[in-house]
Amino acid sequence: MKKYRILIAKPGLDGHDRGAKVVAHALRDAGFEVIYTGLRQTPEQIVRTAIQEDVHLIGLSILSGAHLQLSKKIIELMKKEGIGDIPVFVGGIIPPDDVPRLLEIGVTRVFGPGTPLSKIVQEVRNVLEGVTSASGS
Amino acid sequence: MYDKDQLKRINEAFELWQNQVENDLKKLPERKEKFLSSSGYELKRCYTPLDVSDLDYLNDLGLPGEYPYTRGVQRTMYRGRFWTMRQYAGFGTAEETNKRFKYLLQQGQTGLSVAFDLPTQIGYDSDHPLAEGEVGRVGVAVDSLKDIEILFDGIPLKDVSTSMTINSTAVILLSMYAVAAQKQGAKLDELRGTIQNDILKEYIARGTYIFPPEPSMKIVTDIFEFCSKYMPKWNTISISGYHIREAGANAVQELAFTFADAIAYVEAAMKSGLDPNVFGRQLSFFFAAHNNFLEEIAKFRAARRIWAKIMKERFKVTNQEALRLRFHTQTAGSTLTAQQPLNNIVRVAIQALAAVLGGTQSLHTNSYDEALGLPTEQSVQVALRTQQIIAYESGVADTIDPLAGSFAIEALTNQIEERVWEYLEKIDSLGGMVRAIELGYVQKEIHKSAYEQQLAVEKGEQIVVGVNAFQTSEEKPVENILKVDPELEEKQKEALRQLRKQRDNTAVRGALSELKKAAQEGKNIVPYVLEAVKCYATLGEITDVLREVYGEYTESTLI
Repeated sequence: MKKYRILIAKPGLDGHDRGAKVVAHALRDAGFEVIYTGLRQTPEQIVRTAIQEDVHLIGLSILSGAHLQLSKKIIELMKKEGIGDIPVFVGGIIPPDDVPRLLEIGVTRVFGPGTPLSKIVQEVRNVLEGVTSASGS
Repeated sequence: MYDKDQLKRINEAFELWQNQVENDLKKLPERKEKFLSSSGYELKRCYTPLDVSDLDYLNDLGLPGEYPYTRGVQRTMYRGRFWTMRQYAGFGTAEETNKRFKYLLQQGQTGLSVAFDLPTQIGYDSDHPLAEGEVGRVGVAVDSLKDIEILFDGIPLKDVSTSMTINSTAVILLSMYAVAAQKQGAKLDELRGTIQNDILKEYIARGTYIFPPEPSMKIVTDIFEFCSKYMPKWNTISISGYHIREAGANAVQELAFTFADAIAYVEAAMKSGLDPNVFGRQLSFFFAAHNNFLEEIAKFRAARRIWAKIMKERFKVTNQEALRLRFHTQTAGSTLTAQQPLNNIVRVAIQALAAVLGGTQSLHTNSYDEALGLPTEQSVQVALRTQQIIAYESGVADTIDPLAGSFAIEALTNQIEERVWEYLEKIDSLGGMVRAIELGYVQKEIHKSAYEQQLAVEKGEQIVVGVNAFQTSEEKPVENILKVDPELEEKQKEALRQLRKQRDNTAVRGALSELKKAAQEGKNIVPYVLEAVKCYATLGEITDVLREVYGEYTESTLI
């Protein structure tokens, strides 16, 4: 299997990183290469890391309620930097009403509290394999 | 508690009973091979006097209000007065939060507890680029004294007790509170309340640090010193296991890491010449109440005993008031589920009951919709009513520490205590808590525990009702999730622009440069922050001065 690289990022000022770290750990156990940014990353820093590390997928963990603004900014920047095709997952305390809005912005998947790790791992795999076959690489 | 003959007879009977059980098990095995507590130790099938045969009542439990305080820190406990019902609240602007405070007081809440937004917690004004999207989200936005004046408008600060969850910028918010109270006509020595001011747990669990550990500890002890002179009724710190637990620690780790932090604060304060008999009276604690009912009750009882021993034996404290562990409890946010959210009301009730049976001094009950967003007025009301039902209807507050003497509770209390001492020894051997944090030891332990817990849920070893068992196919959406008005950020920024125009900017510059000098010279910074606050210097401006002098902390990222 191709070694996929995944960036797990904590944008914004929120310091609750239990979920981000647990997801990162699970993805690593499932055979992915995982880069975790640590806390308080700006959208610019996240996009820069994604480019430098040449990642295949970005996972954002946001619990502070700033998910709409932050996701939008990150996706806009990704497009500007020419990496708009990298799928973006968002996890955290996301009110159900905001899920369609996140998808509209261009987020690929949204995971709320209580999502099983196995589901996240499976979705990551599905999306990455889908993306790979679609782009023919 | 039992004489030898009696224990012998119990032992014989117990062995016979065990044999009978073995026979029964052949026909009907138990639900699980092992029954584990949330801290991972095995629960026995049944506890008997044999498990607490060494218990020395007077030395190990004592009477309520007496050393080692296992049974409570006051002689009459809730028969005199219930715990303080203190709901953590704050969102949007100071005006909005002021309304919520007044609502809660009117509903019978007995103390205030302020949640600040992240920019306020990390020392950024609302117009800072990093504050974008975060203003007023997880708490109220405070940029200057003006916001604090609005926040407490119409609430007499000499009469209420206020808790503020604020850490790296605690010195600024405490100063703002003190000045606002004085402007209302209150005296500093009348003010009652708590600032969290527990910076060490920010590095391991909550993430709102600004400065490196050393200057952060200096600010903490500056506050101890100032308050022991001028604000004697104020709790200068709330040493918090809550966030450590919520980050994934188990019950034993929660106590162990909290006390390791506490030891570090006491040592730092003593090093700067303060007397633990004096500042020790103003230390308070903050714990979580999780689902594992018996273990949680035992945890609170063990906590009081451990702390009394630490203060007496390690720090040679003789003042009784400085030996008593007083704590606030919050039910466990991380146990609340987005699935079937009404179930959370039941979880919160069980957790709150554990806190009360454990002898808490103050309690926050979570609202059932918190896995979805900020609590609404309705969900907060149910949460507060849960406390009131426990207090006024259940009768559990009418006798002190009613579970004392239960074989299981006493055995669990002992077991937790023993494991906590093991951790404390380990941390001492690493060179103390600051060093253990720098080494990443504590963070790794917490993460390991968090991951194991999640795997237990994945494998179905740990049942979460409505999530990995008893799911419903059709979830009804929760209505009325509280939305923070996205325009408030602009309003807050505009108010800040006006403030900067209207205030005496020469005075602000003067106060800030005095503060800088004091920080550089290692003086107690509290009086200088007070002066800066008085002339409406903003939180961001004050923090920037301190950032220049102390530098900023960056975490080493470990997974």
